[in-house]
Amino acid sequence: MIKHEIFEKNSIVLLIGILIVVSIGGLIEIAPLFYLESTIEKVKGMRPYSPLELAGRNIYIREGCTSCHSQMIRSLRDEVERYGPYSLAAESMYDHPFVWGSKRTGPDLARVGGKYSDEWHTEHLLNPRGIVPESIMPGYPFLLETPLRYKDMKDHLISNRMVGVPYTDEMIETAIEDVRAQVDPDADTDGLLTRYPKAQVRDFDGNPAVLSEMDALIAYLQMLGTLVDFSAYKADGPNLR
Amino acid sequence: MTRETTAKARLSIDGWVTAGALTIGVFYAMLTAARTEDPLMSVHAYIFAGAFILGIFGIIKAYYDSSERREKEPTDAPVEYNLDVIKAGVIASVFWGIAGFLAGDTLAFQLAYPDLNFDVSFFNFGRLRPLHTSAVIFAFGGNVLIATSFYVVQRTCKARMPGDFAPWFVFWGYQLFIVIAATGYLMGITQSKEYAEPEWYADIWLTIVWVVYLFVFLGTLWKRREPHIYVANWFYLAFIATVAMLHIINNLTVPVSWTSTKSYILFAGVQDALVQWWYGHNAVGFFLTAGFLGIMYYFVPKRAGRPVYSYRLSIVHFWSLIFMYIWAGPHHLHYTALPDWAQTLGMTFSIMLWMPSWGGMINGLMTLSGAWDKLRTDPVLRMLVVSIAFYGMSTFEGPVMAIKAVNSLSHYTDWTIGHVHSGALGWVAFVSFGALYCMVPWLWNRTQLYSLKLVSYHFWIATFGILLYITSMWVSGILQGLMWRAYDDLGFLEYSFVETVEAMNPFYWIRAIGGAFFLVGSFIMAYNLWRTARGDVRVEDRLLAPENVPSPVAAE
Repeated sequence: MIKHEIFEKNSIVLLIGILIVVSIGGLIEIAPLFYLESTIEKVKGMRPYSPLELAGRNIYIREGCTSCHSQMIRSLRDEVERYGPYSLAAESMYDHPFVWGSKRTGPDLARVGGKYSDEWHTEHLLNPRGIVPESIMPGYPFLLETPLRYKDMKDHLISNRMVGVPYTDEMIETAIEDVRAQVDPDADTDGLLTRYPKAQVRDFDGNPAVLSEMDALIAYLQMLGTLVDFSAYKADGPNLR
Repeated sequence: MTRETTAKARLSIDGWVTAGALTIGVFYAMLTAARTEDPLMSVHAYIFAGAFILGIFGIIKAYYDSSERREKEPTDAPVEYNLDVIKAGVIASVFWGIAGFLAGDTLAFQLAYPDLNFDVSFFNFGRLRPLHTSAVIFAFGGNVLIATSFYVVQRTCKARMPGDFAPWFVFWGYQLFIVIAATGYLMGITQSKEYAEPEWYADIWLTIVWVVYLFVFLGTLWKRREPHIYVANWFYLAFIATVAMLHIINNLTVPVSWTSTKSYILFAGVQDALVQWWYGHNAVGFFLTAGFLGIMYYFVPKRAGRPVYSYRLSIVHFWSLIFMYIWAGPHHLHYTALPDWAQTLGMTFSIMLWMPSWGGMINGLMTLSGAWDKLRTDPVLRMLVVSIAFYGMSTFEGPVMAIKAVNSLSHYTDWTIGHVHSGALGWVAFVSFGALYCMVPWLWNRTQLYSLKLVSYHFWIATFGILLYITSMWVSGILQGLMWRAYDDLGFLEYSFVETVEAMNPFYWIRAIGGAFFLVGSFIMAYNLWRTARGDVRVEDRLLAPENVPSPVAAE
């Protein structure tokens, strides 16, 4: 039997012992997620975010929306009835970072896309209690006044590609045009829609004169949960649920 | 004893290295500020540059003040501990503690009365929330851990920390990290990963500071004049080493550019979720538990005047705790898209974790064997012991909540918030307060605290606040969880979401008021510690002064 003295009398042995003991759990639990193929379901319809949606997602992250809103519908009866089909791993496969959240001070947003109109979202973000009197959400009037910064959109897509999101050279090349095209109903959007199928094209915040942060955020909210084609999804597997 | 003062000795090697590194840092920060198109990055670059310049001035000042410095201590001389940096750590702990509690209570009032958000970007709940969590965990907790670990490792090794500047670099570097993180949150710079919100450049800075911290700690162990490394230091070492591992892996990220505040995390979706909660739960396990158990293993025996209850239990407690904690992360992801096998594994280890946790609690509590009477007379010891009791309670509640069936009700609700705070306020903050009450008289060379009565007030006011907090969150959490899953007679969901929000309001008020009590308690502590450091002693009736209480034998 090893005497514990070895650890108590030699700091490096103690340190190495600690590092070994604390590595085991993580290696066994986390590493398989990267090579077990059934971790992420095979689905139809998932695509990387359009540049405008990505910009909106970054505003969602910046304002700390994840503090109060989850984006993860659990496989429980009441959640599926309240919010829609339970969330699949595939639905966040391009999310760097994930925004599943851990608290529902407000409702889950994983499938909020298309549930409310753009006007509803704009009004609600300007003054939540103007729409829902019992709401305790802060208002975000400054989003409507702040023009979206998207000069470096290409760099954003390039970084995403470096961490594994399949943005093509073409998508990166057209990133800035695609931001503008998605809020302009008169633009030629054929290219945008080929690159990002199901992308919703319109002025989102009711003010076509300014491409605002509100436009980007609502574009993101309106696409949440709308990509996966559930009619073609086989819940029986193969997956690990 | 000889005092050699040579020109060469005026600045130690670590002083030169630090000054050189800071100079490079100033140039790099200025370059970034000049080149960036991101206004927020230029703010942070200027803060970095300013802090580095102050650091260089500090070293230059030390250089000219150093004529008194002794080059080498004779081996038989009494150890001259480095206490100044610990004093600074104590002051920073109290300051950040109050700042963090204040931010937390502000959030609590915002939830009870949402107009308090004022709908201004930097004051909205979403941006203040990471400010609160980081301020209490990393700024308050982190400073307490750095200060106490520096104290404990020096005393139990009978050795001075190595380097003249390295410990100060750790202290000031850590404060700089806090300032960068906090100002970043208010400006909207966040990775959104809970308790790992600071962006890539702040993370790199923290990594540098942390590595120096590890070496200062190890260096003290290497210089020790005791054959054995004391048990508290095992816990501190596990905390420092594991937090480094967690921090680096969870923050692997690709910046948009070298001059951008924004980055994209390496992992995606489900993998990122598990890496995050592997980190997140072990921020609890190693930052808020292992580190503070180090405090328990030094300060409780010291204050009680009794040896640690069981040496064997310490060993079992230590290894089993650090082994099992690492597995517990998936219990944050029950019924999500995380594979079921990982959830079950996480649940199993979370339940098993109950045992080492209670082993530690028993070891701490039973240390009072033969000294239980001191609870009546020493409110500082009472604070320490109640902290261990809260530790026991929340490490029982945790495994219960990690069971999938329970978690399906508790997850996403305030029950989690209540659970966290019974650990954070009851355990972490109370054991920290106890350690601060012990250390201030020792560090400032005072025979006793300014007032034990004020400690007693602090104890009762804060305890009352905690009870309001956790009971209201139990009720609101379970209530909301049940409302979400309630069905009416026709088989429809009974409540709309907003009805469940409305039902929370009274409990949010109670929680906010409880938080205010806790905050008031911390002000009392700050006042008491300040007067103690000044050397004042309050004249108070002898009920609470231990030396005046007749012993049971004498009373007969």
